[in-house]
Parts: sequence; structure tokens; C-alpha cells
Amino acid sequence: MSILIIAEHDNTQMKPETGKLVQAARGLSGEVHILVAGDACSAVCNEVAALDDVAKVLQVEHASLAHQLAEPMAELVVGLAADYTHIIAAATTTGKNFMPRVAALLDVSQISDIIAIDNDNTFVRPIYAGNAIATVTSSEATHVLTVRTSAFNGVSTGGDANIEKVDFNSESPLKSQFVSVTQTESERPELTAANVVISGGRGMQNGDNFALLEGIADKLGAAIGASRAAVDAGFVPNDMQVGQTGKIVAPQLYIAVGISGAIQHLAGMKDSKIIVAINKDEEAPIFQVADYGLVGDLFDILPQLEQAL
Amino acid sequence: MKILVPVKRVIDYNVKVRVKSDESGVDLANTKMALNPFCEIAVEEAVRLKEKGIATEVVVVSIGNKACQEQIRTALALGADRGVHIDTECNLDSLMVAKILAKLVEQEQPELVLLGKQSIDSDNNQTGQMLGALTNMPQGTFASEIIVDGARIQVTREVDGGLQTLSLSLPAVITTDLRLNEPRYASLPNIMKAKRKPIAVMPVSEFNVDLTPKVNVVKVVTPPQRTSGIKVNDVAELVDKLKNEAKVIS
Ligand SMILES: Cc1cc2nc3c(=O)[nH]c(=O)nc-3n(C[C@H](O)[C@H](O)[C@H](O)COP(=O)(O)OP(=O)(O)OC[C@H]3O[C@@H](n4cnc5c(N)ncnc54)[C@H](O)[C@@H]3O)c2cc1C
Ligand SMILES: Nc1ncnc2c1ncn2[C@@H]1O[C@H](COP(=O)(O)O)[C@@H](O)[C@H]1O
Repeated sequence: MSILIIAEHDNTQMKPETGKLVQAARGLSGEVHILVAGDACSAVCNEVAALDDVAKVLQVEHASLAHQLAEPMAELVVGLAADYTHIIAAATTTGKNFMPRVAALLDVSQISDIIAIDNDNTFVRPIYAGNAIATVTSSEATHVLTVRTSAFNGVSTGGDANIEKVDFNSESPLKSQFVSVTQTESERPELTAANVVISGGRGMQNGDNFALLEGIADKLGAAIGASRAAVDAGFVPNDMQVGQTGKIVAPQLYIAVGISGAIQHLAGMKDSKIIVAINKDEEAPIFQVADYGLVGDLFDILPQLEQAL
Repeated sequence: MKILVPVKRVIDYNVKVRVKSDESGVDLANTKMALNPFCEIAVEEAVRLKEKGIATEVVVVSIGNKACQEQIRTALALGADRGVHIDTECNLDSLMVAKILAKLVEQEQPELVLLGKQSIDSDNNQTGQMLGALTNMPQGTFASEIIVDGARIQVTREVDGGLQTLSLSLPAVITTDLRLNEPRYASLPNIMKAKRKPIAVMPVSEFNVDLTPKVNVVKVVTPPQRTSGIKVNDVAELVDKLKNEAKVIS
């Protein structure tokens, strides 16, 4: 029996999450097949086929899969499921959206957001915003898993897997239709892939002041993140939110600026290698997790920091 | 349009959990419990749709032991019309909850089911999607805006790259994200009124769902704690530490 990984991609490029899923699957026995479901996505298939330790790539192209909506994705994956012991997707908004539908249609319990694999049926996952870590064992015949990719490294390339085309003819009427997408355009690395992340919170006061972070981000090649408070206040777009219910990041360096350090924010960044906190309140909880804390007014400190780098 | 809102009783989001010393789970004795924040947002949205004249009735349902009637009352005080308490002492996973809800959907025939996107205790983020699959309803997860437009509903979703908009036929399942709305505080008169609103109690056995767990907890532990580091005096010291001690910048 084999393992089915569902590739994370945007029809033109494979996302780094895919390689991390392959790394996670090294904790399981069985050969790895990767499903690339999309529309006009052959470039992605070639990238995926080059990942190490991939036995086969399943290329499925259909107009209904262009945006990987939950309903057709679930129908497709359930149709392939009989050959697999494990079905794995990234715990991104795409994976979180369709995987529980797959699980329910297969009548199995899903295990979300795993950070480690102990063996073929034992998995580790954070609960309560990461304040507790649960090890769970599953007696399901098919394991439906989403993976917190920040907990795994990617695999190298050099592989040359076979790409097999699979037909898909969606049976279901279109109850769910794609209307539009507003993509946040940025030249910076993606939050979840960046080596350095600098995030601003309510202390930034407004969106314009995020420019103070940009100069520093440019010098460090960093991605820019935010707290929920900064997003709610409209300073920056939603996809910049780091935390329990936003993105989970684990960069080499995380710089929290004007962020108090609520548990929900810590849940998204406390596995970073080095944490720096800049806050004018020396009692702010963020200092309890920071390797280096600097107490002071961010409006003084940020320009100095940009200069010093 | 009738809206069904499933709500969950969870630990209050401000409380930091303690793991039990025997590693069997987290200690919830004497901790403050509350309505899951995402469920509160779902109730608020349903009530707003009623206030706009789009919804005709808002029914809240919670599955759990008797204590979850407290959260049903909270939802009634926010403006829901009636409650359903499905009584069980079992620990349920999302699939079991979704199966019970699917049967309730059959009975109640709502045109919209509004759930939270995630429980802040299990952090599962599964139930709404599973309910959609079991009832063959389309889904709009992580909603930050919903617009009912005749027989369809337009949902703006918070996705990793930005915002995505979908159009769903009704009936549909929608799960809420943080920015869908800011829930109101229940007024004292509404809290009083909620005491007289009906809550139907049904034993879970009426739903004929297999509640034997397939996923079992082996152990629950405290994550490795970060020790707080040092305070630096100025930017120069910070940059020096990052370069020469932590070696994370060059
Ligand atoms: C269900 C739920 C989910 C949530 N999910 C998330 C999540 O995913 N991510 C998240 O971040 N939050 C989340 N939250 C919100 C979280 O609880 C906090 O409210 C939020 O993180 C606070 O953001 P903040 O630190 O920017 O704001 P505040 O707590 O207001 O802190 C602002 C900080 O800025 C400092 N400051 C102000 N001015 C200056 C200055 N001039 N110079 C230096 N410092 C200054 C202050 O001292 C303060 O510490 C969630 C909450 C709930 C209920
Ligand atoms: N026991 C329950 N009773 C009622 N609704 C629930 C229950 N558990 C989960 N839900 C609903 O499902 C949503 C997502 O939960 P979960 O999939 O557990 O993260 C919650 O926000 C609720 O709306």
C-alpha cells in the first residue's frame, strides 16, 4: 500500500509545502505518490516529479479543479483513496478546506495539523493553541492527515518520478462557483517560507507605519507579518496574520514589533529559532519568549535598526 | 430562511491551560468556560441576517453534557430564537459531531448552517467541511463576508494568498473567520428574555451515530518551554548579538 500526498501549487508553480509533506511522509512505510490536481498544471508535475523519494506523480487536469475548490477536490481524492493507507495534505487554507470533506466521505476521523509522525498510526499534534501537545493513535484503515509544514524541512531534488495522467469527470452539479480572488501582491518571500519574519502589531498605529518595517525587511530579505489586532484594525491584509488562526511560522529569526504576545499570537511563532521583541512595555508577555528584548519606542528604534543593518 | 448555528462550549480564550501530571489530558476542573469565539461570530452573523429581514429563524445547537446549555443561553441572549441541546457525556470528535448535525439538518431543514471555523480547544477545523460532505451541501469556509443574493449566497473567504470569493447555491454550510463581524454584548433585558426562550433537550442516542472513538489519545504533554532570554540596551547591542551570538544575520 502507498501514501498519497496532495501537492500544494497554483497551477504554475509547486509550493514549498509539497516537499515538506514528502519529508513528513518519510516517517511512514509505503511508497509516496503525489497528486497534482489543477488545470494546465504540467509544469507543476515536472517540479514535483523531481522531488526525492517520489514513486509516482498523478496529474489530474480539469477546469473544475482550477481553484482546488473543496467539492471537486474531495470527489477526486475519494475516488483515488482505495489504493492508499495515508492521504496527506498541508494544513494551509487549501488543505484545511477540502481534507475534512475527504475524511467524512471516507467515513474516517481526520487528524489535523500534525507536527510529528511516530509510526504508521501514531501522530503528534498541538492542541489549545499549542499550549499542549497530544500524541494520538488511530485505528482507521485510511489515515487522513493534514500537516503543519513549518515543523518539517523540505526534501532535495534529483528524483525522476513517472508522471501518470488520470481522468477526472466531475459528476456533481456546480453548487459552488468561483467568483474572484484578490491576491496580495508582494515581492517579498512568503511568510511561511521566509528565513526572517518581521511582524508589526497594534503598536504600529496605522498601515502607513508598516513602511518602517519594510526598510528592515528589504535588508534582511524578510517577510512581513502582523498580529490579529493589526489586521483587524485594517493596517494590513488578512493573509499577513501570524497565530493560532493565522499562519504558523518558524523562521530562523522572528522580530515582533509593537506586539504584546497574546497566546494566540505566540501559537504562530514560538517555534522560531531566535525571537526578538521590540516593545515599550517592559512587562509585555512577548518578552517571556524573546531571546533578545529591546524595551523602547518602536518609532525611535526601527529607523536606528534599519541604519545599523 | 432558517439558519442553524452549531455552538461549542470551550475553555475561555484568555485562560492558559494546564496539562495534567498523568499526561492524560488538560485540566479543565474549575477553569472558566465560554462560547467558542468563532461560534459567537456565527451567532452574531445569523442574528444580523435576521435583523436585516433575510433570516426568519435562528436555531442554535450544542452537543455535549448539560453544562453546554449555558452556552446555548448565551447564544439566545445574543438574539437566537431557540436552542437544541443534544445531550451526551461522550468525548466526540469532529466526524461524530458532523454526523449528529447531519441528522439534525435532516429534521430541521435549514437553508444555511453557520459554524465556527475552528474550536479553540481541539483546533480541529473540520466539522463544517464534514457536515457539508455528509449533507452534500456546498461550503464556504473561513468567511469574512457573506451576502445573500436570492437563491445563492456569496462568500468572501480568508485564504493564504488573500481573499477568495465564491458563490454557493442554498442550502449551504459556512464557517466563520475572525473578521466576519464583531459580536455584540448581550444586554441585560436580552439576557432576561433568553431565560424564557425554549431549549429542546434530546439524548444523543436518538441520532443513532456510532460514538466509538477511532482516534485515541496516548498522552498529552506540555510543549518545550522557551526560556526568556536577555534584554539588550540598544540597537547596536541587538545587532551585535544577532550577528555574533545567534548568527542569524550576517
Ligand atoms: C479566537 C481567537 C483567535 C485569535 N487568533 C489570533 C492570531 O491568530 N494571531 C494573533 O496575533 N492574535 C490572535 N488573537 C488575538 C489575540 O488574543 C490578541 O488580541 C492580539 O494578538 C493582540 O495583538 P497586538 O499584540 O498587536 O495588540 P496589543 O495586545 O494591543 O499590543 C500592542 C503592543 O504594542 C506595544 N506598543 C504600543 N505602542 C508602542 C510603541 N510606540 N513602541 C513600542 N511598543 C508599543 C504595547 O506595549 C503592546 O504590548 C486571537 C484571539 C481570539 C479570541
Ligand atoms: N460539540 C459541538 N456542538 C456543537 N457544535 C460543534 C461542536 N463541536 C464543534 N462544533 C461546531 O464546529 C465548529 C468547528 O469545530 P472543529 O471542527 O471542532 O474545530 C465549531 O466552531 C462549532 O460551530
